Amino acid sequence: MEGLFAVMQAATLALILALLYRPLGDYMARLYTSDRDWKFERGLYRLIGVDPRSEQSWPAYLRGVLAFSVIGLLFVYVLQRAQAVLPYSLGLPAVPEGLSFNTAASFVANTNWQSYSPELTMGYTVQLAGLAVQNFVSAAVGIAVAVALVRGFARRGSGTIGNFWVDLFRGAFRLLLPLSVIGAIVLIIGGVVQNFNGFTEVTTLAGNTQNLPGGPTASQEVIKLLGTNGGGFFNANSAHPFENPTAWTSLFQNVLMLAIPFALPRTFGKMVGSNKQGYAILAVMATLYVISLTALSALEAGGNGTAPELAGGALEGKEARFGIFASTLFGTTSTLTSTGAVNSMHDSYTAVGGMMPMLNMMLGEVAPGGVGSGLYGMLVLAIIAVFIAGLLVGRTPEYLGKKIGPREIKLASLYILVTPTLVLVGTALSFAIPGIREDVESVSIWNPGIHGMSEVLYAFTSASNNNGSAFAGLTANTPWFNTALGVAMLLGRFIPIVLVLALAGSLAAQDKVPATAGTLPTHRPQFVGLLVGVTVIVTALTYFPVLTLGPLAEGLN
Amino acid sequence: MSTTRTAVRTHWVAIRAMLLFTLVLGVAYTIVVTGIGQVILPAQANGSLERSGDEVVGSALIGQSFADADGNPLPEWFQPRPSAAGDGYDGGASSGSNWGPENADLIAAIEERKAQVAEFNGVDEADVPADAVTASASGLDPHISPEYALLQVARVADERGLPESEVRELVESKIQARDLGYLGEPTVNVLQLNLALAELEG
Repeated sequence: MEGLFAVMQAATLALILALLYRPLGDYMARLYTSDRDWKFERGLYRLIGVDPRSEQSWPAYLRGVLAFSVIGLLFVYVLQRAQAVLPYSLGLPAVPEGLSFNTAASFVANTNWQSYSPELTMGYTVQLAGLAVQNFVSAAVGIAVAVALVRGFARRGSGTIGNFWVDLFRGAFRLLLPLSVIGAIVLIIGGVVQNFNGFTEVTTLAGNTQNLPGGPTASQEVIKLLGTNGGGFFNANSAHPFENPTAWTSLFQNVLMLAIPFALPRTFGKMVGSNKQGYAILAVMATLYVISLTALSALEAGGNGTAPELAGGALEGKEARFGIFASTLFGTTSTLTSTGAVNSMHDSYTAVGGMMPMLNMMLGEVAPGGVGSGLYGMLVLAIIAVFIAGLLVGRTPEYLGKKIGPREIKLASLYILVTPTLVLVGTALSFAIPGIREDVESVSIWNPGIHGMSEVLYAFTSASNNNGSAFAGLTANTPWFNTALGVAMLLGRFIPIVLVLALAGSLAAQDKVPATAGTLPTHRPQFVGLLVGVTVIVTALTYFPVLTLGPLAEGLN
Repeated sequence: MSTTRTAVRTHWVAIRAMLLFTLVLGVAYTIVVTGIGQVILPAQANGSLERSGDEVVGSALIGQSFADADGNPLPEWFQPRPSAAGDGYDGGASSGSNWGPENADLIAAIEERKAQVAEFNGVDEADVPADAVTASASGLDPHISPEYALLQVARVADERGLPESEVRELVESKIQARDLGYLGEPTVNVLQLNLALAELEG
């Protein structure tokens, strides 16, 4: 019965996403291809000094992305440093320098890693004017970059890939904002709070006192998920009953996280003129998702390990209303997208179960991945896949009529090297630098032994892939982690973006080569299988050695 | 020179865009959603508060402790799950224990809780359900499993001098089914159960 309910829950989610695929995907395709600006948008473009009808080369597009992100970084940093004088700060002091940097980097990079406990650190103004705004715009940046890459495939002999400011504004105002207003109301119906009440002291039924938190939570919660950001309004994130009160709100939160990433392949298909190409990418994403969800659910339901077996189930760090399966569904969704929200504590998962969120992130978050970043990550892997197929049969690889030449392959290869480098170097340095090693082991690591090493590996995996979830026992609010993870988040976000936009520019400049009998069809099951294989081999195998040192060693013990 | 000028211009655009987004997506959006919540759904927007008479005694969504000042569980109340939020059910410090599956502290805690729950309720250790000996993810879990609630019936009835059948009926009436019949798990809300229990005598 339990198993049947779990399948029905996943089937409900799949059904809702299937119903959204075409309308949402088509809507986004129109959004990013239309040359008509709404009247209020024209006013806003004038206000910021942008000509919406001008097209940008890839370096100009990139300059927009980087300038906007640098300004965002400074903005969130300054807001936190000024917290003491801001209204609705709940009497909280300025956030310290190191933590402010880490948090600003984290939210601008669409990561939402949280070295802090929100209830004790962030007042309402920083949350809504700093963090929630980045939740919107960092998501809009991600989609913009993905759309720019798709234009690279769609255009021929073009020197331009779109206008960053127009893509940014449309993503924020025509896509994320309206969906957020609707989603926020649904969440409030479910019981998510939305007020400016601060903490309310009550005398409990047994005569104790308890501080009930308040805050503008629903408005931030919805975009935290819809933009695959993940930063909780409260420390316990989506496990907190004021963020995620019931099993149906939890399912709804899964829909919010997956709606845009799973619909973007449709947008891609529409824009390159072949819906079948979109279905192929969707099939790869969905296959990986289903395998991963099944594995984690089986591992947690199995409940192996000393503590879970003693307790009679792996319920440490899980909420009673969610149980095993609503927890594993959320955990899988959150780490296969770049969200990183949690409704259960991954640190307390069974040893091998705890490896699954890590593995999900190590795949590069492409199944379906973060808003925008998932699609461009998968398209880079598709380029690698056609290259490998080309090597096998000895033909020049092509994808969607574009020749994959040395420049494209160099950019794609660099792309897939970025995050493994950051993850492995960051983890290694944490244990290799004298002074830092002692600090990591005595201050930061919470669980002793092998599991503690997994906490550090998880942290760098999460930061470099812009996920934001954690083995949350780790105390990351230290100079080393605030700095190293902050740098990992920024590099893990913006180096790939540079490479993707360069790729977009180089593809857009090419003419299209006509398909011949020798062209590898990229919309058939054969290619889907190839791409699934390439994704797993190229990414997961890189990490196999380090996983054997962490969760696998713990699980085999 | 012209690259510098381009960079300055791009950043100036970025600054204006950022200010605009802050006003619309930060301030205006939050105010509109708060307004809608406060006008149409004030009970939920303000925390689904529970009252005993006129007094607010907590939130239906936030678990609370039913222990004395020293942290000893009060036998006349149904007990919630162990909590890692502050000293237990601290509404300002939501948190799980984050103990890993092989952590010696967690193993010892589960052993101790198991013995305590069994002795407290006069049952066998083997009959203690998993949620009774594990801390939730938020530390504010308002629910327990129906099994754990039913396990406590005899103790609570005895302590309050109520017929066991009456307390059992009350618990059964408070079991919340899975959402839509198949989402999540069946639960019992501890605060709502205890409020009804208090009324039973009143």
